[in-house]
Amino acid sequence: MSAGSLPSGSQVKDPGYPTPSENYLTNSKGVLSWIFTLDHKRIGVMYLIGVTAAFAIAGLLALLIRLHLFQPDGMIFQGEEANNYYNQVFTLHGAIMVFLFIIPSVPAALGNFLVPVMLGAKDVAFPRLNLCSFYLWVFGALFFVSALCASGLDTGWTFYTPYSTTTDSSVILATSGAFILGFSSIFTGLNFIVTINTMRPPGMTWFRMPLFLWATYATSIIQVLATPVLGITLLLLIAERTMHIGIFDPEYNGDPVTFQHFFWFYSHPAVYIMILPAFGVISDLISVHSHKRIFGYRFIAYSSIAIALLGFLVWGHHMFTAGMSSLTTIIFSALTFTVSVPSAIKVFNWLATMYKGSISLTTPMCYALSFIFLFTIGGLTGLHLGTLATDMHLHDTYFVVAHFHYVMVGGTLVAFLGGVFHWWPKMFGKMYSEAGGRLSALLVFAGFNLTFLPQFILGSRGMPRRYATYDPEFAALHQMSTWGSMLLGFGLLVALIVLLRSLKSGKRAPANPWGGATLEWECTSPPPFYNFERAPAVGDPYDFSDLEWEADNERYVKVEPAREIVPETQPEKEPAHAEDSK
Amino acid sequence: MSTIEASPEVGHDEHGHDHDHPPFLAHHFDTPEQQFDSGKLGIWLFLVTEVLFFSGMFCAYAIFRALRPEVFEGCSQFLNTKLGAINTGVLLFSSLTMAWAVRCSQLEQHKGLVGTLAATLSCAMIFLGVKAIEYSHKFGMGLLPAGLFFYDPSNPHPTEHPPYLAYICAPFAVALVGVLCWLVFSAVAGKKFQFAVAKPLSVVCLCFFVGVGLGMVLESGEESADHVDTHADPNGLATAPVMLEVEKAAAAEAAPAIAASGAQVSVDEGVLEILATDPTNVGVKSGLNALEQQTAAAGTSTVTGDGEILGAITTTEVDVMTPTTAGVFFSIYYCMTGIHAIHILAGIGVLVWLLVRAVRQDFNRQYFGPVDYVGLYWHLVDLIWIYLFPLLYLIR
Amino acid sequence: MSAHAHSDDGHSADGHDFAHPMSVQTLLAVFFALTFLTVITVAQASFDFGAFEVATVMFIATVKAVLVMAFFMHMLADKPFNAIIFIGSFVFVGLFVIFTLGDSLMTSHSFEPKVEELAPAVAEPTITTVDGAP
Repeated sequence: MSAGSLPSGSQVKDPGYPTPSENYLTNSKGVLSWIFTLDHKRIGVMYLIGVTAAFAIAGLLALLIRLHLFQPDGMIFQGEEANNYYNQVFTLHGAIMVFLFIIPSVPAALGNFLVPVMLGAKDVAFPRLNLCSFYLWVFGALFFVSALCASGLDTGWTFYTPYSTTTDSSVILATSGAFILGFSSIFTGLNFIVTINTMRPPGMTWFRMPLFLWATYATSIIQVLATPVLGITLLLLIAERTMHIGIFDPEYNGDPVTFQHFFWFYSHPAVYIMILPAFGVISDLISVHSHKRIFGYRFIAYSSIAIALLGFLVWGHHMFTAGMSSLTTIIFSALTFTVSVPSAIKVFNWLATMYKGSISLTTPMCYALSFIFLFTIGGLTGLHLGTLATDMHLHDTYFVVAHFHYVMVGGTLVAFLGGVFHWWPKMFGKMYSEAGGRLSALLVFAGFNLTFLPQFILGSRGMPRRYATYDPEFAALHQMSTWGSMLLGFGLLVALIVLLRSLKSGKRAPANPWGGATLEWECTSPPPFYNFERAPAVGDPYDFSDLEWEADNERYVKVEPAREIVPETQPEKEPAHAEDSK
Repeated sequence: MSTIEASPEVGHDEHGHDHDHPPFLAHHFDTPEQQFDSGKLGIWLFLVTEVLFFSGMFCAYAIFRALRPEVFEGCSQFLNTKLGAINTGVLLFSSLTMAWAVRCSQLEQHKGLVGTLAATLSCAMIFLGVKAIEYSHKFGMGLLPAGLFFYDPSNPHPTEHPPYLAYICAPFAVALVGVLCWLVFSAVAGKKFQFAVAKPLSVVCLCFFVGVGLGMVLESGEESADHVDTHADPNGLATAPVMLEVEKAAAAEAAPAIAASGAQVSVDEGVLEILATDPTNVGVKSGLNALEQQTAAAGTSTVTGDGEILGAITTTEVDVMTPTTAGVFFSIYYCMTGIHAIHILAGIGVLVWLLVRAVRQDFNRQYFGPVDYVGLYWHLVDLIWIYLFPLLYLIR
Repeated sequence: MSAHAHSDDGHSADGHDFAHPMSVQTLLAVFFALTFLTVITVAQASFDFGAFEVATVMFIATVKAVLVMAFFMHMLADKPFNAIIFIGSFVFVGLFVIFTLGDSLMTSHSFEPKVEELAPAVAEPTITTVDGAP
């Protein structure tokens, strides 16, 4: 905490650096050792590469959309098929972002790496299932992307009937891809629940777990409970297209609104699959970089579970204008507001944690701060959409687009980046350039707001979403948004370059560069392939009092008062505290 | 923690560094009990996903049954209760043998384990055999999901249709022949282990055809009963006499109301027709068409007179057996039982794997997890059938 | 999680065996109870209970399900947590089915073609299409 030298006469505990034969990145060599690895850390790294690739593709598509909207009549796609291309591109953007990036980003990439290490365990409970789940992701991703590209799927990522049962594009291939991805998600969630339940070391009670684990646990509950419903929905959709089973297709007396119920029963909880792990990351980041015990630990922990469970009660707010009965809309609207309570609890606790903390404005902290700002805007605008009367006006406008981008990008993506910057030294054993990292955080923050703030205004003025062209009166705001998106893209590029450069020329990372008290900082950077030789002693994950900054080696170390086997001084006859109690 | 010393020789052998680890204990677990608890929690969570997976279909069932109870009542008559009941009994028995298998594995009764697993597998095969009869019979009658439905009440058993039963049986026949060849080969070559595996498996494969035979006997019995019914009741199928009365009353009451609203509708029609000329207003146009058809339909039923009302009733009665109405029952029937059957097939797969391991005597009182997990899965499949049977077969 | 006692060899002699074999009598008794209930379900189908029919059938099925879960699936001997998550899943199934079913019952009258509701069914689609036309 204090910048300076260590107190004299104290014992320093530090794991040092791993040898190449211990380092999980180098302990076995060759491509095969990665392809068939059962090591959760390697699987996490492979996920990280995978989701980054997916994000890059979908991000470029987003830029394409924004560039097209630079002019009222459309700038990029021309000719007769222009609007179809636009539809296909936004479908591709949404579907890849949701299924391939946001859902697996924090839980699968960071979660795989961190969950066992934070638990002091050797691996997740089912390492083979874990690898299987990664390959399901890869397989599903290939399926999905090739299906989307091959026939120009244009249903939007929601596959709403009856359009999805009548369009000629390859809905079946895409839904099979999403089905496979769902299994990947289920297996990951199942694995984490079991790992957290049965593999905690002695001494780690539920309330001594890092909050990231609580968030991961809550996320996993949703993954296990909600994703199967998506599975059956997509299967029924496939059956509807092949055999016309008449459950969703009005032509055969089916009910399209039923499809929306089925779909959103998964997809609304899935929104919390996307944002809950981000909450967990931020809880850890705020506490570590403020060097202060997290405020309201239990409230944050319980609110994660509360969000996970309440998330199952509010799916109808996506369907206010879809023709639900008025009673159902009122119930769903009222329930929607309840979700804001646990979310607000978290935000206030983060703010209280920072209050009077000694904040170091490191790159992860910069991202965490911008997360709080952006998520608050995203969350509060959600209240407009949960209110029945205003939703009638705002539904399917750019207001909705801006709202969920504030939550998904401003929330999940920013937290993901913050998490990656925070644990990067642990994952790869390299320090990145702080200046570059902070610059990227600033650019992302500025670019993001420039992109999506104008969209709130656009939406409230009546600009509908998913349109390839618009009235000239909206041109100025659309152009602002497009410039912002380019700035955002540039900021993300800077972040990528900063991280990749560190692999080449970064300084070697110490075991504990930030002063974190959770268990992952007690093993070397990068961790040995077995994580911990024996289960480590578990302390309070947010007690920073025994961590001191060692300026010589630029690292935090655990400091204990010097212990002497035979004390030189005799203890006083009466202990000092006996004085106080008198 | 002090710096961990590097020990390169340990580095490449993940199992070598713990001598107190028995071979069945994975390296990242401390005790067999921890491993068992993890696996058990894992399989329970998997069962949770299965429950949620099936819930989608139960939800669809509930919606459409609540909306069209008469369709479900009418169509349920086409499902053979005897076959359903037999299958329920078979699955319950397989659950018993499965639970018994878990007991055997816990008590290290290796022979008993192989026997009970083989019995479970045989029951699964009988179930599928009976199901094959049910499916092929319905395929032949054209009782299919809405889009493929072609049932014709005047000709319920079209003679020319593809040999569906043969198609369904073919893969099982291939499996049977394969296993028998394997049995003979392993007996001749003197491979004891393979022989011990192939012996129960050949019985298992044979059981599919036992199921087919059982189904055929019961189905043909039902068939003759069906014909008797048809003679007794000229309407044949769906509508119960009670329902006829209700319909009659409803139609008579509705007649004046329809006439009145028909006039109201025609006022708006002029405006709508103008709108419909716009090619973008496809919805309005089709709405208009529907409106015209419906007023036409309403017109026929408004004509008073007993004969006409009877005519209207016959149309509603036929309506129950059209693709768009009856189809949805069979859609749900095929989705539910089909996905259930896929689960049975998957269960057969893992049970065969267990059987091989049981012959190898892999399980002991510290390591019986796989048997227990598969058992839980198998009971869930049974549990779902316990609900499917009354919901689909026993609607009266 | 509590610390796990280290057992020294594969066969635990420490008395902390986690296998709870079920007695053959129990298994057989459960099986016969289940078969008996199946016979009852089939038998009751030939009587007409009217509106209670679904309730009766579902009640019997639930009794059977409870028997299977409690004995065949060892839920009685299992950790309570496992039972809680499994039973808990039915709460979510209930939520899903009740909300969806409730909503479609409230909205879907017109989409079932019935003679007595012909007039409203005619009027409704025209109104929505006029509104919905872009």
